[in-house]
Amino acid sequence: MGVREIYGRSDYAIIGELIEPGTRVLDLGCGEGLLLAWLKENKQVNARGVELVGASVQKAIARGVSVYQGNLESALEDYPDGAFDYVILSQTLQETRNPLKVLQSMLRIGRHAIVAFPNFGHWSVRWAHLWTGGAPKTELFPHEWYDSPNIHFLTVFDFESLAHKQRWKIERSMFLAGGRQVRMLPNVRAEVAVFLFSASA
Amino acid sequence: MITEVATVTFDELELDCGVTLAPVDCAYETYGTLNAAKSNAILVTHAFSGDAHAAGEGGWWSNMIGPGKGFDTDQYFVICANVLGGCKGTTGPGSVNPATGCPWGMAFPSITVADMVRLQKKLIDHLGIRRLLAVAGGSMGGMQALEWAVAYPDHVLAVLPIATTARHSAQQIAFNEVGRQAIMADPDWNSGNYYDRRPPARGLAVARMVGHITYMSDESMREKFGRRLRSTDEFEVESYLKYRGYKFVDRFDANSYLYITRAMDTYDLTQRGSLPSLFENISTRFLVISFTSDWLYPSYQSLEIVSALRSRNCDVAYVNLAAVYGHDSFLVEVKEQTEIVRGFLASTFREGAVGGS
Repeated sequence: MGVREIYGRSDYAIIGELIEPGTRVLDLGCGEGLLLAWLKENKQVNARGVELVGASVQKAIARGVSVYQGNLESALEDYPDGAFDYVILSQTLQETRNPLKVLQSMLRIGRHAIVAFPNFGHWSVRWAHLWTGGAPKTELFPHEWYDSPNIHFLTVFDFESLAHKQRWKIERSMFLAGGRQVRMLPNVRAEVAVFLFSASA
Repeated sequence: MITEVATVTFDELELDCGVTLAPVDCAYETYGTLNAAKSNAILVTHAFSGDAHAAGEGGWWSNMIGPGKGFDTDQYFVICANVLGGCKGTTGPGSVNPATGCPWGMAFPSITVADMVRLQKKLIDHLGIRRLLAVAGGSMGGMQALEWAVAYPDHVLAVLPIATTARHSAQQIAFNEVGRQAIMADPDWNSGNYYDRRPPARGLAVARMVGHITYMSDESMREKFGRRLRSTDEFEVESYLKYRGYKFVDRFDANSYLYITRAMDTYDLTQRGSLPSLFENISTRFLVISFTSDWLYPSYQSLEIVSALRSRNCDVAYVNLAAVYGHDSFLVEVKEQTEIVRGFLASTFREGAVGGS
């Protein structure tokens, strides 16, 4: 059974597919460790996680996943270079204080990085902003501006531009809307973007 | 759950100080059944004032060890031994010095946490166990768990250092020194020679009272005692400390207090190299737990260990559990601790079985 059937998260389904069996995987902001537990069970990976919320860490450890309770941005600094095959950051990039530093650290400690983030360029967000004149509040971004955990709003276009500037190699990109894959006009139509990338050789 | 303490005598034990103790008794208890592959053995290491009686009625970790508990005795074979220098069956300063026929007293050689662990290794060998599934303990028990990982990494799959440190801080040494001074200031201590007369009960009780304060938290003391009075001129907290202090005298030897606290204070893993260098190439899994209200062994000490482990990409899980009981939290029934330990052990056992030995 796929990870998506179990947890109903389409980004998990894609990440689950991207990861090669028997590899070393670090999941940043891993929550209760559902994805890692699935990867351990189905892909026999060596799984580690970082999570700030104590109650989630407890559940993850009880599930058998080695999770470190701490802030992911400072946690990244301790790991040695090339410690992992994959470093995952799922739905958290937009919440980090220093996203570029986080992405660079991911590539320092991992051979590949995987990021999944909500696409701020989605048409519903553009429309909400244009129509109301206020900070967009949509299904994708349900928070009021003052209580949103999201502090950096990025789009598919933004990420691709950054990757180009940093000379990262985008190995795979996948775009989702309503749990389905989007192939045309992802910056307008994708609700969630997933990138697998590495530092250029 | 019926438990029984057993004692095994070893010919000798080499100590860090250069002295060879011969012979050496080791008192221990076991719970559950060792499986045919001998792959389900867990050594539980006790804190400063503990003993081999960890589970069952009156056991110091009875809420964690037993059928269906965190250390599930339906699945695992759990071993707990009284530490070297102790006074509950294992050789210590109250034991008879074979050279004189009298109790050792202060002539007992100085001991270290590494010595305690070396004796435990002999016990494990004696029980025919090549590799432990886990070593787990809190406070001084956590130091022993750490020592196991560093001294015998190939003989333990996982360690659980709880509410502990790789080295005592000045504050921790200071509190231990107050306890030692209280004992030595008692005229009944008599330079450690009291085994045929009245023991230094007042000094030992005061030492224990100080200890108890450090094991609690401001919040737990407020909840437990507040400013309530026991009688017109005695606060509840005073009465409690005196009761605990004098109860301790009945079960603990003052000289063991001196020797064991000294062993804790002198423990310093970093004397053997930086923590990251000590954890290099260790495949042992770690579960490190600290508690938010533990001011005696604050979480930064656990984080120092965890950070070093992560810098060597060791397999480590860490959580700072929210609990109000201070350092005592690891002994108090904390539901989260039970679940974490159970899950961690289950996955270690499962994966260890797959990985083989």
